[in-house]
Amino acid sequence: MKTLNDAIQAVPLNHYILLCSIIFSIGVIGVLIRRNAIVIFMSIELMLNSVNLLLTAFSVYHGDATGQVFVFFIMALAAAEVAVGLAIIVMIYRNTNSIDINVLNRLKW
Amino acid sequence: MSTFYFIAFLSIFFSILVITAKNPVHSILYLILTFATFTIHYVLMNAQFVAIVNFIVYMGAILVLFLYTLMLINLNKESEPQKSNFIKIIGFIAGACFLVAIVAALKAFKTSQLVVLNDPNLGLVKNLGKILFNEYLLPFEVSSILLLSAMVGAVLLATKEPKTT
Repeated sequence: MKTLNDAIQAVPLNHYILLCSIIFSIGVIGVLIRRNAIVIFMSIELMLNSVNLLLTAFSVYHGDATGQVFVFFIMALAAAEVAVGLAIIVMIYRNTNSIDINVLNRLKW
Repeated sequence: MSTFYFIAFLSIFFSILVITAKNPVHSILYLILTFATFTIHYVLMNAQFVAIVNFIVYMGAILVLFLYTLMLINLNKESEPQKSNFIKIIGFIAGACFLVAIVAALKAFKTSQLVVLNDPNLGLVKNLGKILFNEYLLPFEVSSILLLSAMVGAVLLATKEPKTT
């Protein structure tokens, strides 16, 4: 406990914000540059996780446990989202034999 | 102090590998490593409940779901769709602009206080359970309904037979 407190003692809040923004941007770039639907889902998971980390950091910073409760709710939401999303991907693969996101542009019409 | 920076470097490194790896299976394995570094971040902040839930739910359940779906779909490296280089560069520039905007907004706050854990019991299961079941009881029950509906929806979607067969 003592050593753990020493480990985070010298980290400014801005560095947590910077780390989480970098990982969030990596997630955004992943959504933009990949065409594989599963990799796009993984990028969305990266974004959700960076927000979770930032919420926890703010929660520790303010000494308020509400942030960590919200992290719990976000994780429940992410689990639901992944279950439904992967089911949709499996169904798309069955119908089109591909998980290329560009195949789905027929949804436009 | 240096532990945080080392783990932060590892998180960024592995998350870059997630979106650049050609093989989707490698992407998922790098994602597992990224989540492991996130768990270490939570442990460093003494958020024990979040660390354990992250370990079990993300590294356990969600990534097994990803791997299982990938196994059902049976991708190989040749069928991996690639975007054109132009789209990739545009996407990279857009993401970098997003990052620059956030960092510039961050620069407006000159002062940056240290993250200090004042209450060592903050992230423990006992403390969080008291808050969760007192103030957030209704959202907790609603999230259980959400998970139930997600399960029903996933089963309904995944077991539907295509009509064309």
